[in-house]
Amino acid sequence: MTDLIFAIAVGGAFGFALDRVGATNPGYIIRMLNLSDLHLMRTILMGIGIASILLFATLLAGAIDPAHLSVKETHIGVLLDGVLLGAGFAVAGYCPGTGLGAAATGRWDAVTFVIGGLIGAGAYMLAYPLVAAAGLADGLSGGKATLGTIDGTKYPAAFPWPPGEIVGLCLGIVMVVVAFALPGSIRFRRKRTVPVE
Amino acid sequence: MILNYRRGGLLLGLVFFMAVFLMKPIGISTQFVILDGILWDLVAPDTVVPDAAGGGHASPNAYLDRSGGKYAAAVANPLNYGFVLVLAMMAGAFVSARLRGGVASEERAMPAVWRANFGDSVPLRHAATFVAGFVVLFGARLAGGCTSGHMMSGMMQTALSGYIFAAGVFLAGIPVALLLFPKEVRP
Repeated sequence: MTDLIFAIAVGGAFGFALDRVGATNPGYIIRMLNLSDLHLMRTILMGIGIASILLFATLLAGAIDPAHLSVKETHIGVLLDGVLLGAGFAVAGYCPGTGLGAAATGRWDAVTFVIGGLIGAGAYMLAYPLVAAAGLADGLSGGKATLGTIDGTKYPAAFPWPPGEIVGLCLGIVMVVVAFALPGSIRFRRKRTVPVE
Repeated sequence: MILNYRRGGLLLGLVFFMAVFLMKPIGISTQFVILDGILWDLVAPDTVVPDAAGGGHASPNAYLDRSGGKYAAAVANPLNYGFVLVLAMMAGAFVSARLRGGVASEERAMPAVWRANFGDSVPLRHAATFVAGFVVLFGARLAGGCTSGHMMSGMMQTALSGYIFAAGVFLAGIPVALLLFPKEVRP
């Protein structure tokens, strides 16, 4: 029962936050990817950075159970996945989470995105034996690796040093700094602008 | 109207931290499979069956059956953490949109930047988002995660897979967007 209350709290806050940062608006996602408005890029970097700093600080303080971490496997499918997802992400301006969120805000193009997504996920369910046989589904490069060793977890480290907690804190700080340093836009050209509203 | 990147990033960061602090990192795309399983089980009731060996669930579909029938169990009991989280996420987005006055009707059909580059054909936009949805979710299942699970949660935990995934997303996403959307529109 507690886990359902947590699900409602975390999910509700996540959906609210996605909408408030503009991520349910495909315009912001497309304009991040065509480099004309880096607002969401900076928001995402800021978000990951802050979450990473909090996570590794509380891990060092022993205030969080390391068993809560869940690291996904690294294999060749991950890069392919990123490429496929990135292409669809650019065309639609939606990813799975923001597509569902956008559909809930009343965007009709997000509804077709979700329907396409359900069929795509269903196609994968059917194709899974073939994908697994082709060696794309599981561990080509071995394991659920983190960059450094995190105490209390069994994840193999990609690099023996420095400790994973220090890596996490430093990368978190770097991401926050990059979020501040990035310009608002890389290629905003006034004359090609079409006014809206 | 939207939060600036500092406030928005802080809010998003707190949410991702809260998730891992309370339970586990946020992930969304698995739930597309769970909903497919639920719908499939409605049409063909033998899609998910109690596991003969243990107390869990099994499925004739190899994907639902993998990892000891973890997905099959979620299909059999939709009131689980991951599925409820997605429903709550949709409710949260709905409430936020209502509170800020909703989405304008022309925006609900397609975003302004699409209109500026492709015109206002509704069928064209729907065809594009349908195909994109198919590709995105097929791709997301290939590696077992999407933008939230692989990129945000993964990079938060310094997962190697998260960095590789993010590199793939932007290596493909940026050229495609530059090619398809040469005309920019300010919000």
